Amino acid sequence: MTEGNGRVPTDIVKRAIKPSVPSSELMTPGHLACQGCAATLSMRYALKGLGSETVLVIPACCWTVLAGPAPRSAVGVPLLHAPFAAAAATACGVKAGLRARGDQTTQVVAWAGDGGTFDIGLQSLSGAAERNEDIIYVCYDNEAYMNTGIQRSGGTPAHAWTMTTPGSSGSDLPKKDLDAILRAHHIPYMATATVAYPEDMVRKFSKARQIKGFRFIHILSPCPPGWKTEPDQTVRLSRLAVQTGLFMVYEVEQGKMRLSVPVPKRKPVGEYLAGQGRFKNFTPADVEAVQKSVDESWARLADEKA
Amino acid sequence: MKKVLMGNHAAAMGAMLAKVDVVSAYPITPQTQVVEFLAEQKAKGAFAGQYLKVESEHSAMAELLGAATAGARCFTATSSQGLAYMHELLHWVAGARLPVVMVDVNRALAAPWNLWTDQSDSLSQRDTGWMQFYCSTNQEVLDTVIMAYRIAEEVHLPAMVVLDGFTLSHTYEPVDIPDAERVDAFLPRYAPSQILDTKTPLSFGALAQPKEYFRLRRRMAADMKRAEDVIMTVGRDFGESFGRRYGLFDAYRCDDADAILVTSGAVGCTAKAAVDALREKGYAAGNLRLRVFRPFPADALAAFVRPGIPLAVIDRDYSPGGTGIWFEEIKAALYSREVRPPVYGFIAGLGGGDITSELLQEAWLKTLSGRAAEAEASWVEDAR
Amino acid sequence: METAMPELSRDPLQFPETIVSDRSMAENLTGNWRSLRPVIDAARCTGCLICWKFCPEACVKLTDKVPLIDLAYCKGCGICVRECPPKAMSQQGEAGL
Repeated sequence: MTEGNGRVPTDIVKRAIKPSVPSSELMTPGHLACQGCAATLSMRYALKGLGSETVLVIPACCWTVLAGPAPRSAVGVPLLHAPFAAAAATACGVKAGLRARGDQTTQVVAWAGDGGTFDIGLQSLSGAAERNEDIIYVCYDNEAYMNTGIQRSGGTPAHAWTMTTPGSSGSDLPKKDLDAILRAHHIPYMATATVAYPEDMVRKFSKARQIKGFRFIHILSPCPPGWKTEPDQTVRLSRLAVQTGLFMVYEVEQGKMRLSVPVPKRKPVGEYLAGQGRFKNFTPADVEAVQKSVDESWARLADEKA
Repeated sequence: MKKVLMGNHAAAMGAMLAKVDVVSAYPITPQTQVVEFLAEQKAKGAFAGQYLKVESEHSAMAELLGAATAGARCFTATSSQGLAYMHELLHWVAGARLPVVMVDVNRALAAPWNLWTDQSDSLSQRDTGWMQFYCSTNQEVLDTVIMAYRIAEEVHLPAMVVLDGFTLSHTYEPVDIPDAERVDAFLPRYAPSQILDTKTPLSFGALAQPKEYFRLRRRMAADMKRAEDVIMTVGRDFGESFGRRYGLFDAYRCDDADAILVTSGAVGCTAKAAVDALREKGYAAGNLRLRVFRPFPADALAAFVRPGIPLAVIDRDYSPGGTGIWFEEIKAALYSREVRPPVYGFIAGLGGGDITSELLQEAWLKTLSGRAAEAEASWVEDAR
Repeated sequence: METAMPELSRDPLQFPETIVSDRSMAENLTGNWRSLRPVIDAARCTGCLICWKFCPEACVKLTDKVPLIDLAYCKGCGICVRECPPKAMSQQGEAGL
């Protein structure tokens, strides 16, 4: 182990600041994620909140690869790799199998990307949510099929460039409102989170593990190669997505929605869109359209509250 | 205890006696009573396992993938489109070497819609790595479900127990229900060594390199081969415990036969009647009913056939562009052998058409006289 | 054929049935992916732990003093440098080190 600059300072003998998230690590270094990957940060925070009494079920997604090939694993909890369309069902089965062994407490967590959630896994997800199965379902949403090399998914924002939405206008379809679909299942707990707010994410996972029934956590997960951004921008973009109001960080308990990260004064969406290669063809009109849709969704939220 | 049971209830009874921990299923005609019966027994408190309802067959088998990896004994049942929809998971569960047992109630595949018996659904899952057992009576269905768990858990491969839609599934027959304690003695609790357990965090199914993958599949092939002996041993043990012995196939009046019908499933019973009828007419007919399709009992079959005694293979299935599936398998199994009798194929009863004693007699007579085309199977229909 | 491929003549029942992961990816050192090295200026470091918190490799170690970046794993993404509140971190090209 090498220190950043090799010099040991003498003036900071005792650290005054305590870690704001648990210091235990269940995700190991050495994983195969790209530089600046938010999916690894998400897993790191999730496991801090969940603890070691957790079983992960991972369908085809970036985590299939980055957890490492056999006989190694980048997580210190049991992991079952599952077919693309079947994360939720496989997780329900694991829960049943554990129950059959008399284990009522271990948390079973389906951990899927946006493709495995918005698209191919939606039927299985909806079934498990509707039956209020006792699992936690996590979607780390990097807004396209990144593991297969950046193809459009139902989670891809309008006009974003992907390999299957080439050309100057990108995808002409809006991002599917998955959260609304999940809310319509009236599950005991759902939340959104993103990596710029680790304390919030860890808290939501710790809270989710205390709740019985179906729990859903939607994570916005910036992807440097897929978004065509520099790896060091990951946390900044995650923060900007929240500060511009594009991604609302909230939780819904027993149908009641509460913002976890209030945004009293929203930054213009242009700050988030600029610098992302996937939006580089955006015209001022495109930016305006995004701004309009963000303003509208916040206005709707205000109406709901009123 | 003897009871008059429909085939679907016999299957469910087998699963209950096997004390399965987890049932996950989705309804499809003609399988429905298998899972309805289990749901009812669960509601009455007579079934201690978990009964999980899912939104599709794909999810049903995915749940069993999860539950079996967590160490549970698992059961499901399906038919036709449901089995086809499960296809991806069948490969997965076999590759994961999980001893899941599933009942498939044969039904033809669409299009067009058809509800009746046809082995194309199960036979088209040939290459998934599942053992396949074909039953001819409701008694055999119940017994085979119990035996399937012992075989599957010994060779670490999943098993499909197949019965004919309606012909067996909805037909009532007297069935001897084995005593639960004796079944417990015959079938020990499932105790896999590596499971999902937070005390020993293992990961299952992670990427394997070509060399590792090749060896895993080679091992699977060796276990499939080994399963032939295990099926024989378990069938013999079952006979000792319950008085009904099972093997890889069931030969009826074959010893002195001049030609032999080769059948599977409920047609095997009709074939016995056809053999008796032919014998009454003075013909030396026999019937060989194959019980096991995977592993295909090629060595046992090669040892059984005699030079110059032709086989009349009846297929209630069809591989488009190929021919009858049992017919192809049997020819492939015998091609490189010293004793290689003529093999004739007959495709009959697709989509649930009757395969009558008369039709079977006609096939047998054509085979005896060498009038059946040898290269490809003849399509035969009941005259009515 | 089998003499040319000795592995194939082994009893296939000796091959494993399944392959499970019981070892850690921490055995896989990813430090050689890095082209830019994060460097901490100890004089400016306030010990706020932001670099530790935002490390996607979980390779920044907590100490009583300045955090330790485990260069055996650091892929050089630069998030720690970008997020460091007192701007106590910089990136240096590996080639020049």
